[in-house]
Amino acid sequence: MTRPDAVYILGVGLTPVGEHWQTSLRSLALQAIQKAMGEVPSLRPGALYVANMLAPALSGQAHLGSLLSDFAGLRGIEAVTVEAAGASGGLALRQAFLALAAGAHDVVLVVGAEKITDQVGPGLDSALMASGDSDYEGAHGLTPTALAALRMRRYLHESGAPADALSGFSRAAHAHAVANPNALFRKEITGEDYRNAPMISEPVNLYDAAPVADGAAALLLARGAAVRGEHPRPVQVLGVGVATSPVALHELRDPLELSAARLSAERAYETAGVTPDAIGFFEPHDTFTIYAALAVEAAGFAARGQGWKMASEGRIALDGPLPMMTFGGSKARGDSGGATGVYQLAEAALQLQRRADGNQVLEPRLGLTQCLGGTGGTAVTTVLAGA
Amino acid sequence: MVEGSRSSRLLKPSRDVGIVGYGAYIPQYRLPASEVARVWKAGSGGLPIKEKAVPGIDEDVITMSIEAARNALARASVDPSEIRAVWVGSESHPYAVKPTSTVVAEAIGATPHTQAADWEFACKAGTEAVQAAIGFVGSGMARYALSIGMDTAQGRPGDALEYTAGAGGAALLLGPAEESLATFDGSYSYSTDTPDFWRRANERYPEHGERFTGEPAYFKHITAAAESIMESLGTTPADYRYAVFHQPNAKFPQRVAASLGFRPEQIETGLLVSVIGNTYAGSALIGLTAILDVASPGDRVLLVSYGSGAGSDAFSLRVTDRLPGHRGRAASTQDYIRRRTEIDYATYARYRGKLTG
Repeated sequence: MTRPDAVYILGVGLTPVGEHWQTSLRSLALQAIQKAMGEVPSLRPGALYVANMLAPALSGQAHLGSLLSDFAGLRGIEAVTVEAAGASGGLALRQAFLALAAGAHDVVLVVGAEKITDQVGPGLDSALMASGDSDYEGAHGLTPTALAALRMRRYLHESGAPADALSGFSRAAHAHAVANPNALFRKEITGEDYRNAPMISEPVNLYDAAPVADGAAALLLARGAAVRGEHPRPVQVLGVGVATSPVALHELRDPLELSAARLSAERAYETAGVTPDAIGFFEPHDTFTIYAALAVEAAGFAARGQGWKMASEGRIALDGPLPMMTFGGSKARGDSGGATGVYQLAEAALQLQRRADGNQVLEPRLGLTQCLGGTGGTAVTTVLAGA
Repeated sequence: MVEGSRSSRLLKPSRDVGIVGYGAYIPQYRLPASEVARVWKAGSGGLPIKEKAVPGIDEDVITMSIEAARNALARASVDPSEIRAVWVGSESHPYAVKPTSTVVAEAIGATPHTQAADWEFACKAGTEAVQAAIGFVGSGMARYALSIGMDTAQGRPGDALEYTAGAGGAALLLGPAEESLATFDGSYSYSTDTPDFWRRANERYPEHGERFTGEPAYFKHITAAAESIMESLGTTPADYRYAVFHQPNAKFPQRVAASLGFRPEQIETGLLVSVIGNTYAGSALIGLTAILDVASPGDRVLLVSYGSGAGSDAFSLRVTDRLPGHRGRAASTQDYIRRRTEIDYATYARYRGKLTG
């Protein structure tokens, strides 16, 4: 049964994350949209929310709302692009949620799409660093990896954790990606692999950093009132919280707290009327393992400086007390910039619909997703519930 | 689009053509990949090759082509004045405008009654010249045509290509099948517009699309060319004693060979990249010369080149009874590999003109 005023995810569309050199941005987005719409063919969306951060820089293409809705055969509908770097996907869901909750639309689509691998070298580095503070960070040569390295070094120093403290997040992500047909790296790694990995920006090594690649994911959402008859597996959006903090790392009072993530989680919990202990699984934005550790702490699952123990104690496996990165996360499914937040939501919906096949967590109750823009300047946290 | 029939895709001249003489050339200096890694702080794990050949300070594609051409002529015992084409494929021609081939032709005594031209198609410029020579000789226009693939490849300091961008190549003198050391069963070319690697006019170093140079470029073209020629000729990997694929690093040719169904023993004789580097336009051809140095009459050889941009030329060859009697008349490919003087990065930088103020 659906409640008339509640907001539901009714359909999801996922495409494999990878090097889609033969597929354009619009075609990739179309594949995801068609899959999501195909799950409930009777519903026609009144609006499309596009999550994307890189198309203007890497594809010379802005104005995606019109471009993608027209290409998807939805000519004329309301459409807009939502951009908050890596948090774009969650923020697009937020816009969809508000429109449906306000009654402005009965049915809407969210699509996250990124085309990244057509470019290599400095142009790609610059485009990715647009998520940071250009004047105070990018102009001086800082990169997302270097920023993560600064934080990871401080975290290991303050927490007294061992050098390989964060390897558990990477190992869990890789283990979970094996069964995910849409994952980029479907292979497990060992603790030894992690310890022997090439250093990228000390202490961030190859297995601390998520690969960026092309991808598209879509969600079909509706108000309860628009769901005619019995939909077999509606997933309710119980709460969405959005928060911001300074974009530049040096502006943070405490670099080891993801304050936007904490605020957004608190707002999501409050809207949903739940507490962290009610959450059954968590999809954090693990572009670097340090962010997974900090996200665990920000979402209230561990005390400050203790988040790394979640992974090192094996608590985040699919059969653990709090499964994380259940389809591989950014580390092994692959990170698709502004589309990542939509991947997280689609994967969480599959869990709650019990359609996750080899990735299915046991007894999923509530799912939590969280995506971050840049180093955490924007955070969107969402609480989802199965039927 | 109407696709040509299977048989019409095979390139087959009206009279049979073969290799009447062949010669390799590799400069004597070697730069270990570990030296490049040392200078650029890249660590020692996963080096793409062991070392690469580096030309001396007085060597270039012209001098090296002359060396290889003289070796080819020595094996062929052909009067150079009977050569009607001297074609040099390279991406390191010393001049932008002024042929390499005229200097080579003059030096070996092939002028003036000869065609002369330079070829350009990244790493397959040499085999492109071989395709053309098969047509020149196979049509009866010429009795002999000389095709050379030779490079002193450019790698930007610190770029991934600097480990492998080597120097060397080979010359093939083509002529009538009855005079040949090995004959062509047929050949095939596969080309598409694929921008995986390029060097703009007036630029010193090439650029590349990183991982895009793999699947959609090297592997797609070599696989298509190899499968197409074998299908056209009705052959399988088991019919070939030897195979050589363009060798930009050690991993790519091993992987493409395995995926096509070739065993490691079939490619090891021609797989030289680990000890001389990627010789670009010379890379596939010098693998062939190393094979001809040891092959027996009746052996069949499959050669598939790859040039960025992109395309592959495939050739199916059969060794004749004449090979054993002729191959000892010039230095072998392995002789050149053994002639080795190791240099450090600083010497390499001086020899390759990288210290321009």
